Amino acid sequence: MPQRPIPQSKTTHADTPNKTLQAAPAGDSTVSFTMTVNGRSETLSLDPRTTLLDALREHLHLTGTKKGCDHGQCGACTVHVNGRRVNSCLCFAAACEGDTVTTIEGIGEIEALHPLQAAFVECDGYQCGYCTAGQLMSAVALLDEPIGPSDDDVREAMSGNLCRCGAYQNIVSAIQSVRANKPSSK
Amino acid sequence: MDMFQLSRARDMRDAINAGALAHTAQQGAEVRFLAGGTTLLDLMKLNVERPMRVVDISRLPLDKIEETKDGGVRIGATSRNSDLAHHPLIRDRYAVLSQAVLAGASVQLRNMATTGGNILQRTRCVYFRDTTSPCNKREPGSGCSAIQGFNRMMAIMGTSESCIASNPSDMCVALQALEATIHVEGTGGKRAIPIDEFFLLPGTTPDRENVLDAGDLVTHVTLPPPVDGARSAYLKLRDRASYEFALASAGVVIGVKDGRIEHARVALGGVGTKPWRSREAEKELMNATPDEATFKRAADAALADAKPQSENGFKVELSKRCIVHTLKLVTTQTS
Repeated sequence: MPQRPIPQSKTTHADTPNKTLQAAPAGDSTVSFTMTVNGRSETLSLDPRTTLLDALREHLHLTGTKKGCDHGQCGACTVHVNGRRVNSCLCFAAACEGDTVTTIEGIGEIEALHPLQAAFVECDGYQCGYCTAGQLMSAVALLDEPIGPSDDDVREAMSGNLCRCGAYQNIVSAIQSVRANKPSSK
Repeated sequence: MDMFQLSRARDMRDAINAGALAHTAQQGAEVRFLAGGTTLLDLMKLNVERPMRVVDISRLPLDKIEETKDGGVRIGATSRNSDLAHHPLIRDRYAVLSQAVLAGASVQLRNMATTGGNILQRTRCVYFRDTTSPCNKREPGSGCSAIQGFNRMMAIMGTSESCIASNPSDMCVALQALEATIHVEGTGGKRAIPIDEFFLLPGTTPDRENVLDAGDLVTHVTLPPPVDGARSAYLKLRDRASYEFALASAGVVIGVKDGRIEHARVALGGVGTKPWRSREAEKELMNATPDEATFKRAADAALADAKPQSENGFKVELSKRCIVHTLKLVTTQTS
């Protein structure tokens, strides 16, 4: 890999301060930003390459969110950003400045499970459990998405979450049991 | 991943000026715009994209989807794929576009990915994505590994000796069938580019994929008003039922009056080096009766110049059947 100058990363705007792509003075290359995670304001100063997934796991120690493929193909890293489910492995953390993030740690308590968490337990919607946080974050979001009523509609809406153990049938059952009990989802 | 400078564009001019510092907007660009990030982060992790600067444009006010004065629609470049697919204007008047967007990726990715980013998404050719393999698109002059290698997913139309990489977009197939216009703003002002002129064939320069120059920012896409009485549909054939790229797909807009086809637009996915408009198929359809014989003639015409590779000969017949089936769907469906 050829040597390249390390650009400085403390700028707020795109065309300042250096107007060319010549070597910027190497120095502190972290970026400071603030986001709200599970209701708490968090200010971090991180390497700009840090993904939202790594910021959550390695810096905020919210290890419920899992890293599977790290390329947006498996869904294990699914979290909600501003109320929508996304692959946190494909977000730069510092680009989430001002955003509201919800992780699996933010949707239920041990003593008061989210209805979907309870349904996953009831329906045996997992085996090894590695994909489960992502499955749940997708399932929680799905309750408010414009999808049809059938099992096939759920399968389509959940296709971004892979399960190597093959718990798919039970995951669909868990989600459908909650949808049946909560016709108006919110 | 190489170190880069991350900044947030204050306004469009700020983004354009930053982009113009690069020597190209094509492969090797030193400055990249960040919107949804679903392609950019993926390729930066693979060291296929190595920008020195990443300019976040996701907060620019370019996310509106609204009706235009002429009865068409204007789609902001940073509108999310989910918002586009579910927008009432798109769902009701441009079914092919809504269906195509929903046929692509997963809900999570569609919640992130934007209209502009979808237009600019890169090939899924495994050799393009692997920096240890020769690839003329990634590294001009290094050779094409796919021609002698794993090419099952690759293109059979628009290919060259240098590159057979297929364009993976579903959305752009629909935009071709709808004759969309891509609006770009750069250091030299604004341009409106018909989508069929936006993408370039690989030829001897597969690293150049479209007409964008350094500093060019895709601002929005416009669609002409829906054609009176026409119906549209998108059909995608793939290795699994969801969350997979197309082996073959078709997006069609067909208008029938008094038993004759009076409007025909046919575009194909999964088979071209760019989102593929088939004027040959359209010619066969125009003024013909909407029956199976006509549809088969159109499909034969569409694939007449196909050049299959060692592993994807099946795409010729698959694509033809996809075209015939989509035309049947759109001419027999009740509204």
